[in-house]
Amino acid sequence: MSSEAPPAGAPEPDHLRRFVSIWLVATIIALPLVIFVLGPNLPPGHGSDVASGQVTDNTVLTAMATPVLLLVVIYMIYATINFRQAKGGMLEGQAVRGDARLQTSWIIITGALVLSLAVYGTIRLEQGYGAGSGSGPKPLTVPSGKKLPVQVIAQQWAFTYRYPTYGGVETTHLELPVNEDIELHVTSLDVIHSFWAYQLGVKADANPGVDNVTFVKPTRIQTFEVHCAELCGLWHGAMYDHGKVVSDADFETWIHEEQRNFAATTKVLPPYALTYAPEPTERGH
Amino acid sequence: MSVMARKLAGVTGAVVIVGVLIGLYINNWAVSTPQAISATPVADATTPTSDLTLQTDAAVGPQESPNHPDWVSYLVKQNGRWIRSTIFTVPANSLVHVTVYQFDGDSGLRNPFLSAVQGTVGGTETVDGKALNHINPEEASHTFVVPQLGVFVPLPGVPEEAKNQCEVGPCDPGTMAHRTVEFTFHTGAKGRFRWQCFVPCAAGTYFNFGGPMQSLGYMDGYIDVV
Repeated sequence: MSSEAPPAGAPEPDHLRRFVSIWLVATIIALPLVIFVLGPNLPPGHGSDVASGQVTDNTVLTAMATPVLLLVVIYMIYATINFRQAKGGMLEGQAVRGDARLQTSWIIITGALVLSLAVYGTIRLEQGYGAGSGSGPKPLTVPSGKKLPVQVIAQQWAFTYRYPTYGGVETTHLELPVNEDIELHVTSLDVIHSFWAYQLGVKADANPGVDNVTFVKPTRIQTFEVHCAELCGLWHGAMYDHGKVVSDADFETWIHEEQRNFAATTKVLPPYALTYAPEPTERGH
Repeated sequence: MSVMARKLAGVTGAVVIVGVLIGLYINNWAVSTPQAISATPVADATTPTSDLTLQTDAAVGPQESPNHPDWVSYLVKQNGRWIRSTIFTVPANSLVHVTVYQFDGDSGLRNPFLSAVQGTVGGTETVDGKALNHINPEEASHTFVVPQLGVFVPLPGVPEEAKNQCEVGPCDPGTMAHRTVEFTFHTGAKGRFRWQCFVPCAAGTYFNFGGPMQSLGYMDGYIDVV
């Protein structure tokens, strides 16, 4: 329905053809911008192999969403301009009736989009060894080769880190060597937390009694943020820290210094384990 | 005014009054914080230094917390009087000497790693006059930890067999059984830094980490470096 009745005898413009043309042109312009300009700048950046993978995934998702977004937005604008009711007019709109062809097309196209993304996501998770998310105690896919195990221990309200291959020393700061595969074992001593190393693209739930494994290979020397991403009480918002990715030599120097500094404390720690019983559960027990 | 209109006005008025009361209660709960207590400057110190004197009680008592007299709590000394506050104002780039009179029994640390003293001058604390760089984690009663400043200080508990144990705060260090813990830390730049106890010491709450562990003014607070 147009805003004014067309002059007698004037044909109604082919709205579908006009609309599809506008949408196609907008999509052809927007897609390269999304893929080549916006995409590389999407979070979380390129601090690790999994972070770079997430940038790719975010670019794919945004590129697939762009035509759909344009379809909806351009249709709204087109309809507002072309099907606006004339000023002062109080006409009833035409009764809306189903259009089987349109409805079927919509269901098939959106279904195909969602299912293809599900397949894509599954493949990316498998290829990326969990893509930075926690894979539980027995990950389905594990990177081959040597890995540095690091345990992340969450409690209200701090993260501490334990290095089992360095005598089980525990520290308050997280340092990782660059270009090495890291095997993170995330657990909690009390409630549910979530270990989120933003620039590394790692986010894994920290559950009491659960060893949640995730893999990451930091690809450049950097400082990264560590946050808790699960609401866990009074100081949840303050449960953050900064970690470091350093050269192999700097890492070795640092970890040996930590071993010396905490030699006495390491002796009173429980033997390294994948989970710890959250003791004491009651006061004095 | 018809009967129906009067009823409607009455119900509307009641709803508004109840809504305002609920709003005031929530506002009071959300924004109520303890008063800030300034550390006492130490005269004649070569490095700017201030003193902070604290005590930890198993039950804070009705005098300082009428609503939660049985909650575990820190108290701070100001002008010779014990006050329930956990917001402390200290000078920037200075030393803060902290004395804690620890009146509570031990609970044990959930993470034994926190039994190490970190971030203090010399990397030690003194417990009853003896310098230590860590304590037995099972003997920990509380901790004084400022994570952002890297200050971790475990406080050992009063032995069960000790006489004259203090049941309800404020406790008198002159007559009641206690441990005296002292340490000094450097403040650095200005800022607000949270501090907390890491020992699950809130008896009777979920996982011993509810109530006073989740409320400002008991086992958690701020260090305002100004």
